Amino acid sequence: MRYLPLHASEREAMLARIGVLDIEALFADIPADKRIDGLLDMPLAKSEMAVERAMTTMASRSLAAGSGPFFLGAGAYRRHIPASVDHLIQRSEFLTSYTPYQPEIAQGTLQVLFEFQTQVAALTGMEVANASMYDGSTACGEAMLMAHRLTRRNKAVISGALHPQYADVAATLAHMAAEKLVRLPPDVTASEDLAAAIDNETSCVIVQSPDFFGNPRDLTPTAAAAHARGALLIAVFTDPVALGAVRSPGEMGADIAVGEGQGLGNALNFGGPYVGLFATRAKNVRQMPGRLAGETVDAAGRRSFVLTLSTREQHIRREKATSNICTNSGLCALAFSIHLTLLGAAGLERLAKVNHANAVQLADRLSAIPTVEIVNAHFFNEFTLRTPRPAAELVEALARRGVIGGLPVSRLLPGAGLDDCIIVASTETNTDADRAAYAQALSDCLSMKA
Amino acid sequence: MNVQGRPTRPETAASSARGTFTGNRGLDIEEALIFETGRIDATGVDIDEPAPFRSKLGPHARTTAIDLPGLSEPEAVRHYVRLSRNNYSIDAGIYPLGSCTMKHNPRLNEKMARLPGFADVHPLQPVSTAQGALEAVEALANALLTMTGMAAVAMSPKAGAHGELCGMMAIKAAIEARGEGATRRVVLVPDSAHGTNPATAALIGYSVRSVPAGEDGNVDVEAVRAALAPDVAAIMLTNPNTCGLFERQIVGIAEAIHAAGAYFYCDGANFNAIVGKTRPGDLGVDAMHINLHKTFSTPHGGGGPGAGPVALSSRLAPYAPVPYVVREDGALRLVEHAEGGASFGRMCAFHGQTGTFVRALAFILSHGADGLRQASEDAVLSANYVRASLNDVMSAPFGERPCMHEALFDDRWLKDTGLTTLDFAKAMIDEGYHPMTIYFPLIVHGAMLIEPTESESKASLDLFIMTLRDLAIAMRAGERERFQSAPVHPPRRRLDETRAARQPVLRWTKPRPA
Repeated sequence: MRYLPLHASEREAMLARIGVLDIEALFADIPADKRIDGLLDMPLAKSEMAVERAMTTMASRSLAAGSGPFFLGAGAYRRHIPASVDHLIQRSEFLTSYTPYQPEIAQGTLQVLFEFQTQVAALTGMEVANASMYDGSTACGEAMLMAHRLTRRNKAVISGALHPQYADVAATLAHMAAEKLVRLPPDVTASEDLAAAIDNETSCVIVQSPDFFGNPRDLTPTAAAAHARGALLIAVFTDPVALGAVRSPGEMGADIAVGEGQGLGNALNFGGPYVGLFATRAKNVRQMPGRLAGETVDAAGRRSFVLTLSTREQHIRREKATSNICTNSGLCALAFSIHLTLLGAAGLERLAKVNHANAVQLADRLSAIPTVEIVNAHFFNEFTLRTPRPAAELVEALARRGVIGGLPVSRLLPGAGLDDCIIVASTETNTDADRAAYAQALSDCLSMKA
Repeated sequence: MNVQGRPTRPETAASSARGTFTGNRGLDIEEALIFETGRIDATGVDIDEPAPFRSKLGPHARTTAIDLPGLSEPEAVRHYVRLSRNNYSIDAGIYPLGSCTMKHNPRLNEKMARLPGFADVHPLQPVSTAQGALEAVEALANALLTMTGMAAVAMSPKAGAHGELCGMMAIKAAIEARGEGATRRVVLVPDSAHGTNPATAALIGYSVRSVPAGEDGNVDVEAVRAALAPDVAAIMLTNPNTCGLFERQIVGIAEAIHAAGAYFYCDGANFNAIVGKTRPGDLGVDAMHINLHKTFSTPHGGGGPGAGPVALSSRLAPYAPVPYVVREDGALRLVEHAEGGASFGRMCAFHGQTGTFVRALAFILSHGADGLRQASEDAVLSANYVRASLNDVMSAPFGERPCMHEALFDDRWLKDTGLTTLDFAKAMIDEGYHPMTIYFPLIVHGAMLIEPTESESKASLDLFIMTLRDLAIAMRAGERERFQSAPVHPPRRRLDETRAARQPVLRWTKPRPA
C-alpha cells in the first residue's frame, strides 16, 4: 500500500523490540468477542489511477456551475478565484501543519491569522475579529450565545429575512440550551418592524444585510432601538464582496458582525468547507468564541505572533468555556486572506461594482419579460423575482435547458406562501451571453403551458 | 488537540544582536505585515470597469473608504511563500502530536476534491444536477457505517467538537421524547477527557459529573456505576482514551449506562487505532463523532477545516439532524426539512464539509479494507515501538502496558533536574522536530503524548527515538541552561505569551507618527 512505509521484515523487528509475538498481542485489550477480522464488506486497496478513474466518473454526474449560465447565490457565491490563491494554500507548510501550538515553528500560520483578523475588522468596520469560525451559519449561532453572555439575557429576536438555514441553526441551539427565540415571519420586502419585537428581555436582534431576499438594509434604527432596550445588534452578511459596495455593519452600529467568507478565495464545494467571519467591539473580546492570534515578542525581542486569550477556551476552562469550539477554518481563512490581499480596497470595490453592474443588467433583462416582477427597491448582486408559475417547477425547467436560474424560496421556506419567488444572484463570472440565455430560457418556460 | 496548558515567558533576555543588516539569516526571512508593505490603491487582480449602469444601491451605498492594502501578484506570492517557510509541516517531518493524528496527506485527495463535479457545485443547485456530489456524500456515509457498525450517520457537523454537539443534541432530543428532559440533566465525563466534552455538555445546559480514571489509566466500571443516578443523561467517554489505552471495561460500562436509562457518547478522536479491528456499534456506543481530518487524513490546514460526522445507534437515528441523503428509485434525494419526523433540527447551513468528504473518500478507496486495517496496525505498532524504545530513559505512567496509537509518558523522570516537560518539548524543536502533545491528558503530571502514526518509516522512527534518548540523557545529566534557553535555532525563540494575554494586540493599527 503506497502510503504505508513499513516493510514486513521491519514490522517483525519492531514487534521483537516491543517484546510481543504478533500484532494481535497489542490489541489484547479489545474484548475477544468484539474483535473483527477486517472490514469484510469493503473493497480492497486501489491504485491511484483506479481511484482517480472511479471518482472522476462520480464527479461527472454533477453539473458543474461553470458549465453554463449560473445565477444561484443565497449564501454561497461562484467567484473567479485568482490562480495564485489555490497554489499558495497548497504549500505544504500551510496545508499540512496543525493548529499553531508551538509558535516558534508556526509563525507563518500565526502571522496569516493576525493579518486575517485585521482584514476582517477593516472590512466589517469593527474593532476586533477572531481567527475564523466553521461557516457563516455557525458564526451567527455563536454570536447569539455571546450576546446572551454579554447581556445576561436569553431571548433573541430573528429577522424574517435572515437566511432561513441560519435561523434554523440558531433555533436549534436556542432550543437545546433552553433559551428563547422570536422568529419574525418571512419578510421579502424589508418592511418588518424589528424595533417593535424588542423588549427588556431581548438579548440581541439578528438581522442580515443585504438580506436573504437581496435587500440592503439600513440597520441604524434597529441598532438604536436595540441599544435603547439594552440589547445588542448582530449584523449578518452572506457575501463578503457586498461589503465593498454597501455600508459596513460597524458604521451602522452593530455590536457583533458575522458572515460567510466563502465568496472570497473559496470554491462552492457543495456547501463546505467554508469560513465564518466574526468581529465585534474591543470591549467584548473576552466573551468572543474561537481562536485569536495576538502580537508579542520573543526572547530576542523580535515581533512575534501567538494564540492568545485562551483562558476563554475549552481546553483551559472546560465546562466554563465561552464555546466548545477548538479549531477555526484555517485553510479557508488563508484563501480568503490571500484573495483579499490580491484585491486590496481598490480591487474589492471594483469587484463589487462589477457584481452590482451585472445584477442590474440581469434585472433589466428579466423584468422586461411580461409577468415577471422584481420585488426589490434596491439590491446589490441578488434580488427576488416573482413569477406566474411555481418557482420550484420553473427552476427545474430552466435547469433542463442548461440554466441554473436561482433558488426557489419554497425549497428553504416551504409553506411560507412564497412559492412564486426565485432568488437570483449575479457575480463577475456572468457574461452578457449568460444573461441573454437566462432571459430567453425564462421567457420560453413561461410561454409554455404550466 | 490542545497542548497549550503552560504559557511560556522568556526567562532570560537573550542577546538581540543580529548578524545581518536585514535581520534575515540565510533562508530565514523577516517578513513585514501586508499593512506595512501594501498600498491602498494597489491590486493584484485585473478587473475591467463595467459599462455605465444605473445603480440600484440607493441610500445603502458605502461612503467610507475601506482600509485594506493590496499587493501585486508577485508581491503577494512572495509574501505568502516567505511566511509559509516559518511553519513546520507533516510534509517536512514527523509531527507526533498525540491525539491529533498528523499522518501523511495524500495529494491525490486534493486533486479529487478539485474536480469540478465536486468543487464547482452549489449546495442549492437543483438536486437533479448535483447527483455526483451527493454520491460522494452517500459513499462516505456507507463506508463510515461499515467501519462503525452503527445504524446511521449524520454528515453535516463541521468539526470534531461540532460532531460532539450534534451527538449530544441527538441524545437530548431522545431524552426529551421519553419525557425525561426535566430530570436527566447530568453528563458523566472522565477526568481524562478532552476539554471539548465538558464544554459541549455545558453548551446544551447539562451539568458535568466527573468520573475518576483508575490506576491503570482506564475508567473503572464500578466508578461509573457509583456516579450513575436517575439524573444522568449520558456518559461521554473517549475510546481509545486520551492516555492512548483501549477502555478494557467498555462493554460493561455501556451495559451499566444503558441499564440506568442513559446513553453512551463515545468521543471518536482516536478511532484511527481501531478501524478494521473492532466496531463501536458492537461495543454498545450510541453516538460517536469521527474526525475525518484525523482518521482519514484530510489536511489540518494550520487549524481546520475539519469535519465531524456522527455515527448513531438505531435508538438515536430518528433524531438525526437535517439534511441527510436518501436513495429513492435510483436517484439521490436530500431531505432538508424534518418532514414531520423527530429530527432535532439543523447544525449548519447547507450539507456539511463536502470538500472534506471527497478527500476522506479518496483516502478510504485508496486504502481499501486491507489498507485500513494495516494502517491501524502500523499506527499501533509504531506507537508501541516508540514506547518500548524510550521506557528506560523516560517514565510511563502505566508501566509496561501496551498502548494503542499513542505512547504516554509523565515527568517523573525529570524529578530533581529542575527541568520540565516544556523544556524537553522546546529542545525537540532545536533538533528539527515538532514536539509531542504536552500537559495533556490532565490526569498525568507533565504529560507527553507521542503519536507517530502509520506514516513513518522505521528509519524515521529510529532517528526520532535516538534523538529523544539523547535529549533525555542530557536532561538527566543536568544540562539546565541548554534546555531552559531552547529553542535557539528556529525562526523565533520562546515567546512572551503572558504579555500577549495581558496587553492583547489582536490587529494591526497604524503606528502614531513619532
